[in-house]
Amino acid sequence: MYSDKVMDHFKNPRNVGEIDNADGIGEVGNPVCGDIMKIFLKIENNVITDAKFKTFGCGAAIASSSMATELVRGKTLEEAWEVSNMAVAEALEGLPPIKMHCSVLAEEGIHKAINDYRVKKGLEPWVEKNLHSHEHEDMTCQH
Amino acid sequence: MGAQRTIYMDHSATTFVKPEVANAMIPYFTEHFGNPSSIYSIARESKKAIDVARVQTAKALGADPDEIYFTSGGSESDNWAIKGVAFANRKRGNHIITSQIEHHAVLHTCQYLEKEGFEITYLPVDQYGLVDPAVLEKAITEKTILITIMYANNEIGTIEPIAELGAIARKHKVYFHTDAVQAIGSIPIDVKAQNIDLLSLSAHKFYGPKGTGALYIKKGVRIDNLIHGGGQERRRRAGTENIAGIVGLGKAIEMATADIPGHAAKIRAMRDRLIKGVLATISHTRLNGHPEKRLVGNFNVSFEFIEGESMLLWLDDEGICASTGSACTSGSLEPSHVLLATGLPVEISHGSLRLTLGDANTEKDVDVVLEVLPKVVKKLRDMSPLFVKSGKEGGSNV
Repeated sequence: MYSDKVMDHFKNPRNVGEIDNADGIGEVGNPVCGDIMKIFLKIENNVITDAKFKTFGCGAAIASSSMATELVRGKTLEEAWEVSNMAVAEALEGLPPIKMHCSVLAEEGIHKAINDYRVKKGLEPWVEKNLHSHEHEDMTCQH
Repeated sequence: MGAQRTIYMDHSATTFVKPEVANAMIPYFTEHFGNPSSIYSIARESKKAIDVARVQTAKALGADPDEIYFTSGGSESDNWAIKGVAFANRKRGNHIITSQIEHHAVLHTCQYLEKEGFEITYLPVDQYGLVDPAVLEKAITEKTILITIMYANNEIGTIEPIAELGAIARKHKVYFHTDAVQAIGSIPIDVKAQNIDLLSLSAHKFYGPKGTGALYIKKGVRIDNLIHGGGQERRRRAGTENIAGIVGLGKAIEMATADIPGHAAKIRAMRDRLIKGVLATISHTRLNGHPEKRLVGNFNVSFEFIEGESMLLWLDDEGICASTGSACTSGSLEPSHVLLATGLPVEISHGSLRLTLGDANTEKDVDVVLEVLPKVVKKLRDMSPLFVKSGKEGGSNV
């Protein structure tokens, strides 16, 4: 049911762990829904120099966290903000429809970590421009 | 990594077909393929074979052969029993009692009947998954026409007090159906002593072929047909008989019930060693289901802080076949309705694992699982944000 890429990122997840004194941390999801992602970012001169994650969830959730942290490393905050859930899913060579919410969670985790950094720096948090819940209404945990 | 051989611990999902069963079936594909409804001699062979299987099945249940009707499997048998009794007894009442932990073949059939004007009571269960006979008795009304409670639960393995429930149904003159799909071969069944009016079974759960099952219907039970058409199965279930499948079911049920205590002791010994080993070596773990009143092959356990599907993927990588009550494999977002009905918190239900042992297993398989499982759990906990939060020493706070 999963692509080879998903299985690769599930079995050999990149960037697992925490960053001590991370500049931005974003935790999304809910244990009741069966997945939680915690994203840690190291940010220097507006560039993400390191990204790590810890995830409670299914194979797709772990692979999405791994891929999302890979995609944002080395990017400016503006560029990282534009990394969409679709980009994560595409980089994983696709996710089963019922697992698309895992990529949404990864995007939200990155956004939350970036905004955590911005707020800590006294900046206005950026606003989410697209709400994904419409696209996957039936796939969204209500808890 | 990569497995050398498959360790199959999902016998509640399905079983392999025993060679003796497969061999018994083969002539009925190639040689004795005649339609039992035909008059010529090869057809008579087919008919004779069905009669033999009917006797074998009846004997396994303590029933009479003419109370056995072959079907396409457990789901059809459940559908037939419930809809058939419901529609045939509508004038007497419209109330049906079942439990919250039934298989979907029962639950979804009951939900369908609700739309048709029937009233359904879904009895709660205790923390072990047991239905309380006193609660059942209180739920019976003037309008109750059917009680359907499973013999043993497919997920947590809990064995219901069937004889007691059946006695209550009898006392109140209500038909009693049980889905015994998981019980055949694990527990001795006697439909007369246990007051069972209808019983569903499915061959592929006891080393027979898929696509074949049976419904026991006690003589005198008022029931409508489900499959309309030709006059097969004494005009009660239309469709040309699946002769090879029926032969396989007969052979399989005969073998599965030949020595239930001896067989159960062997499987139970392996299962108990597995339970003991897992609970002793992995922290923040709980056994789901009843400690004693459970199917001999069933082990259902929840590991806190991790999710079931990711466990299954890692186990599969080691060649171990298992299943989970997590939402993430079910195609829905709710975890197992059975685990939730026992009061297990949703987040812990996501981390459940079901290992069901049977004749495909050896003691060596238990050794391998006991070696692999702690590593898999550790790997996933190491990357779980919940595990850190909770602390490795403290109790659960998820």
